[in-house]
Amino acid sequence: MIGSDIAILLPEIILSIFAMLGLLAAVYTTKDGMAPLLVWLTAALLALMGLYIGMSGNGTQIAFDGMFISDGFARFAKVVILLSAATVLLIGKDYMQRDDLLRFEYPMLVVLATVGMMVMVSAGNLMTLYMGLELQSLALYVVAALRRDSVRSTEAGLKYFVLGALSSGILLYGASLTYGFAGTTDFAGIVHAAQGDVSLGLVFGLVFMISGLAFKVSAAPFHMWTPDVYEGSPTPVTAFFATAPKMAAMGLLARLAHDAFGNVVGDWQQVIALLAVLSMFVGAIAAIGQTDIKRLMAYSSISHMGFALMGLAAGDTQGVSAMLIYMAIYVTMNIGTFSFILSMERDGRHVTNISSLNALASREPGKALALLILMFSLAGVPPLVGFFGKYAVLVAAVSSGLSWLAIFGVIASVIGAFYYLRIVYYMYFGEEREGLDGKMGPLAYVGLMAAAAIMLLGVINMFGVDGLAQAAAETLVR
Amino acid sequence: MGIADFTFYLFAITTVLAGFLVVVARNPVHSVLWLILAFLSAAGLFVLVGAEFVAMLLVIVYVGAVAVLFLFVVMMLDVDFAELKAEMAKYIPLAGLIGVIILLELSLALGTWTTAAGVELLASPQATPEGTHNTAALGAVIYDQYFLLFQLAGLILLVAMIGAIVLTLRHRQDIKRQNVLAQMYRDPAKAMELKDVKPGQGL
Repeated sequence: MIGSDIAILLPEIILSIFAMLGLLAAVYTTKDGMAPLLVWLTAALLALMGLYIGMSGNGTQIAFDGMFISDGFARFAKVVILLSAATVLLIGKDYMQRDDLLRFEYPMLVVLATVGMMVMVSAGNLMTLYMGLELQSLALYVVAALRRDSVRSTEAGLKYFVLGALSSGILLYGASLTYGFAGTTDFAGIVHAAQGDVSLGLVFGLVFMISGLAFKVSAAPFHMWTPDVYEGSPTPVTAFFATAPKMAAMGLLARLAHDAFGNVVGDWQQVIALLAVLSMFVGAIAAIGQTDIKRLMAYSSISHMGFALMGLAAGDTQGVSAMLIYMAIYVTMNIGTFSFILSMERDGRHVTNISSLNALASREPGKALALLILMFSLAGVPPLVGFFGKYAVLVAAVSSGLSWLAIFGVIASVIGAFYYLRIVYYMYFGEEREGLDGKMGPLAYVGLMAAAAIMLLGVINMFGVDGLAQAAAETLVR
Repeated sequence: MGIADFTFYLFAITTVLAGFLVVVARNPVHSVLWLILAFLSAAGLFVLVGAEFVAMLLVIVYVGAVAVLFLFVVMMLDVDFAELKAEMAKYIPLAGLIGVIILLELSLALGTWTTAAGVELLASPQATPEGTHNTAALGAVIYDQYFLLFQLAGLILLVAMIGAIVLTLRHRQDIKRQNVLAQMYRDPAKAMELKDVKPGQGL
């Protein structure tokens, strides 16, 4: 039995062992001197595991008595997580090296966080869920405070840690109420116990758990930490926060909602719908006043999580599939945008003020055009790929009878378009003063251009992501 | 009321009371001491349900190590708790209101508590199966059924260790370090020079 279980968990085991070996190798040799090599190795291994998971396995495999589920949904989420983690490591390498932040523990912590995320999306038990979540979160708290001599960065790490611990507590309280009702922590057992008219206690447990997870996806009203943490963390770490962990937490939420509470859709649908509306509006409106691009991206991510939650709120296969499409597109757009933000500097210092984008188009037309495409895509302007993501979740919401939610989504999307367009305005029509003069590293350049190209070329057939997401969603929703 | 019931209520009330005093105690050192009392009475509750191993673990690990560590941290960190308290006091009315609302809602839920059909586990909790020792029962569960969780917990502890090192370890260049090998292989003949100083003359 143990042999087949281990075969199912092979990618996670390989990554964990790699992290331990990497640590040992670096400690006993040149320490931080090995960090650049480790970044390359880590990115290669993460990408390789992503490909392996993408190619391997069909159907649903269950390991350790249902504690760990490897199905189409988990594989889709894992491929997105692994590929985005690998890309973010590479685009941030030059930045970390220049700022003397590239310590050998950084790639290893990213690997361990990724293992946590893989466990999260594969969780088949409340305890596995919590273990994966904590493994991910703990590694993220540490990398948030990686610039330990900066007050901002340590504040970001501490704030994230304290609020994260609080949200974990809320999640655990919900889990214990659910356990008290169902008598088991197994999703398969909970879904069996929770059907028909459920008791008030179970609803409490459900709401507490959704609140705890909403904190992790930074959905309003649990979003307060996001701007500060995004602003304070080193930019490559912010890029990481904005991509893989969001996919993981969203996947976990979807798995909990459908695998454990699939028979009481009505009970969580309203909660998720409320979170979606609040997130979309808070993200769209609060971003308007921001002048720091990292804070702006934080509010942008809150708003985008609202849209992804809208897909989840639909509560059916189409909704989950729309959510997966949305997240895959969102992650790609964010990688491109952060590739650019990483290179923003003036007189050898990093700047994050959006007014420094003034007249970028006249100096660097290629980069400005790529950023323009990404901003339009983030705003959801047709015919770019970002529009299709929004379209998918809106259609899912309408077809499951949540038209009001879709209308709110369109309104929030129009409000949100303002600040994306403002960046474009600065780039193309801003006055010529105090512009950026930094050079972009080759890896970040590739990241920016590739993401922009995907936003354009994906219009043709979305690279088949919609078909894959549909197939993945079908394995989750029964 | 038998002796078992009496001890249960004694420990339970002590736990709740001590937990409350942890929060409201003015002096942080007193808070830690109340926390130790809460741990000890919780250990007593574990003994009552027949989980002796967990009870002893609680006493040794939490009281013996964690709480004492807390005490050290509280005493060594020069945190001005009075100032923190003053800052907190501003939010106490709002926090109290939210707390009371949640408490009322929860009592509503817990007052009409029902479990799913066919759930027998909660009616008669049993620490270990009949005729098994605590340690044997725990071992069978941790290393078999919950093997995956056990390993994941190990990874989490590894991350905690890496984190502590990454965030606090600094290699200072300006201090002299002990080099054990150099010490062992040094040649006394070269390290020491004998000078014959004539009386009445300096070196």
